[in-house]
Amino acid sequence: MNTRDYSLLGPDAARAVDTGLAAADWYHTDIPRKDMKALMKREDQPAIRDTVLLFGLMVVFAALGIALWPSLWSVPFWLAYGVLYGSAMDSRWHECGHGTPFRTGRYNDWVYQVASFCMVRNPVSWRWSHARHHTDTVIVGRDPEIVAMRPPALFRIFINLFGVLDALQGWKRMLLNASGRLDPEEATYIPESEHPKVIRVARIWVVIYAVTLTLAVAMQSILPLMVIGLPRLYGAWHHVMTGVLQHAGLAENVIDHRLNSRTVYMNPVSRFIYWNMNYHVEHHMFPMVPYHRLPELHAMIKHDLPAANPSIWAAYREVLPILRRQLAYHDDFLTRTLPETARPYRADLHQSALGNSAADTSTPTAVPAE
Amino acid sequence: MTNWIDACGADDIEEEDVIRFDHEGRTFAIYRSPDDNYFCTDGLCSHEQVHLADGLVMDHTIECPKHNGQFDYRSGEALRAPVCVNLATYPVKVEGDRVLIEI
Ligand code: FES
Repeated sequence: MNTRDYSLLGPDAARAVDTGLAAADWYHTDIPRKDMKALMKREDQPAIRDTVLLFGLMVVFAALGIALWPSLWSVPFWLAYGVLYGSAMDSRWHECGHGTPFRTGRYNDWVYQVASFCMVRNPVSWRWSHARHHTDTVIVGRDPEIVAMRPPALFRIFINLFGVLDALQGWKRMLLNASGRLDPEEATYIPESEHPKVIRVARIWVVIYAVTLTLAVAMQSILPLMVIGLPRLYGAWHHVMTGVLQHAGLAENVIDHRLNSRTVYMNPVSRFIYWNMNYHVEHHMFPMVPYHRLPELHAMIKHDLPAANPSIWAAYREVLPILRRQLAYHDDFLTRTLPETARPYRADLHQSALGNSAADTSTPTAVPAE
Repeated sequence: MTNWIDACGADDIEEEDVIRFDHEGRTFAIYRSPDDNYFCTDGLCSHEQVHLADGLVMDHTIECPKHNGQFDYRSGEALRAPVCVNLATYPVKVEGDRVLIEI
């Protein structure tokens, strides 16, 4: 059984560079330039509509929660507000970080700043971390955003449904950055010229939290924290539920997103919260395509992709057994069958994932997905 | 010594678009702006060496297809992270229906 070191400073990081897995040339489905240009085209209207709706709903739910506080009748409104704050903001952070939802650059930047604050992700650091996730998706030792490592830390994932570890880590990092320092791992992917920006944002956030806490103490109530801060915990479950499905249980150390990412059909409410990131293979293959064009992109290239999971429920029925299996057999992962119309996987390009692991004969390594 | 190289036909590039041009082991991106002017920069993004010709031209910017970094292709200026290093630019002229770049 192979052991893995997911740290960005360990031996697997060096090995990924040596073997050419880092910053490699990834597989792309062929799309005529004319069609690609049409899909990449930017417009403001869909994202303005969705953003007005999102912030409008947040104001209404928070107002009702405050009005009914502390009665139990306020609970449903806090739960709804929390999901928008602690989960919808995750996808807004993600999409606006790519700069694709709005045509007007400053609209992307405004929403990105607000969403970063809600998710407690420094907007400067995380832009760099996410760039690395796209360069080296699920490459061990290179990708700083792997959620389900092997063996999977199931308890950690479970408590993150309530934001516990991620938010605490975010607040801890905020205090570190506000003190003028960066974590050594962060420093591997954030250029030095950006460090002052990281520190400035962290200091602004500290002031906002200090004001909120002071208000809570003055009012002798957690109500201010129900609006700012705590929803990152009580509303996180949806973004964790959808986020785990992006890559969990699939191959590591491959350079074909069809092997390491998952597209899942979802209900319209989840797609609004998740801003269509359920089309995750498509997003990774073509990050230039705005969220509102992903269904079209999916229709255009699905002949070349493994079949999408038909629902969140179906996807978890695939993911949970393999995660459980990985507790004992770290090398096991799911391979996904391609339709006959697809270009085949290049096993020769994925030697380190498919070849070496396959040498471990004690267990079946590549488990076909249903 | 610099010299003018015949890179492509003027109509080979659509308005508000970009094409790739390789020459003697180097790669360039040649742009046609919405106001019908031509520009040339290095062909690879200064962040991670990805071909910019697969990216999106919007007004006077080119967005890199890998991490959505942005440059002003007229000046080569890096506009949005993760790009921090400017692109080199090259003079362009149109003679008849041909686009020439000076490298
Ligand atoms: S490779 Fe161009 S922005 Fe990263």
